[in-house]
Amino acid sequence: MSAARPTDGTHRGRPRGPGVIGVLGELLLTAGVLLGLFLVWQLWWTDVMADREQSGILDGLEQEWGAVDAERIAPRQDGPPPVPEIPGDTMVWGSMHVPAFDRERFPLAEGVSLEQVLNVKGAGHYPETALPGQVGNFSVAGHRNTYGRVFEDIAELEPGEPVVVETDEAFYVYEVTESLVVMPQDVEVIAPTPGEIGVEPTEQMLTLTACHPMYSARERYIVHAEFAYWTDRADGIPEALADEGEK
Amino acid sequence: MMYAWLFRHLPGPLWARILLTVLLLAAVIVALFGWVFPAIAPHMPFNDGLVGAAPRAG
Repeated sequence: MSAARPTDGTHRGRPRGPGVIGVLGELLLTAGVLLGLFLVWQLWWTDVMADREQSGILDGLEQEWGAVDAERIAPRQDGPPPVPEIPGDTMVWGSMHVPAFDRERFPLAEGVSLEQVLNVKGAGHYPETALPGQVGNFSVAGHRNTYGRVFEDIAELEPGEPVVVETDEAFYVYEVTESLVVMPQDVEVIAPTPGEIGVEPTEQMLTLTACHPMYSARERYIVHAEFAYWTDRADGIPEALADEGEK
Repeated sequence: MMYAWLFRHLPGPLWARILLTVLLLAAVIVALFGWVFPAIAPHMPFNDGLVGAAPRAG
């Protein structure tokens, strides 16, 4: 540009007229950049924000409940498990440990509101379902690709692997029984007796629900687990978390 | 075209205009990340991991 006209010191090559095509091209480029930025935000920045939020929540729980003695393996309790107190909609009342996940521990809050629970706090308890340890189907939703992706590795869960819920009083240990892919409207997976709406529950079940396939919400990935035992939080950690390291 | 036009109409010497451009871009990205994207994300079809007619927003 300026090299072609060396005598013109300040001139920087002016466009010849408005150039509709050029403006259109710039608008298209801008749209492309905006889409790219949206992906960066959705797939990376929401994780950064949610991770920060969730580790803050976990630190808060640790302070409120006191540290667990991770050196001690707590004995299994025989009696009926304590029923956790639910502080209210959208409030955090526990945490979950899944040793098979990359992100082994994350907060558990009441409700499945995207804006107020799942996008910011971690996993969310379907309010109409049972509580941990109760007969029925304790059901939990979580993100798989975005916002901290607490259930990112949900498809890695194999039968027999533990899913543990921690409250201020107890650890509730469940063991995975099966995994399935269903359509979003298939609410029978969180029915009190999983898969059978209207049937009186007899087992203590846990169900996790997440998006499926990855980066889509066309279907749902479902994991069912069955209650195995519970331990008193004051006694240390349950055997299922023994190799989780210090937590 | 329009970006070239904008750049030419920024005040000050070249270095100031470059600095201003960087600041403007940063402001645009902050606005997008802070307000625009969070506002449109709920309308995207890939975030919902719930089953049934659970409350979609609230």
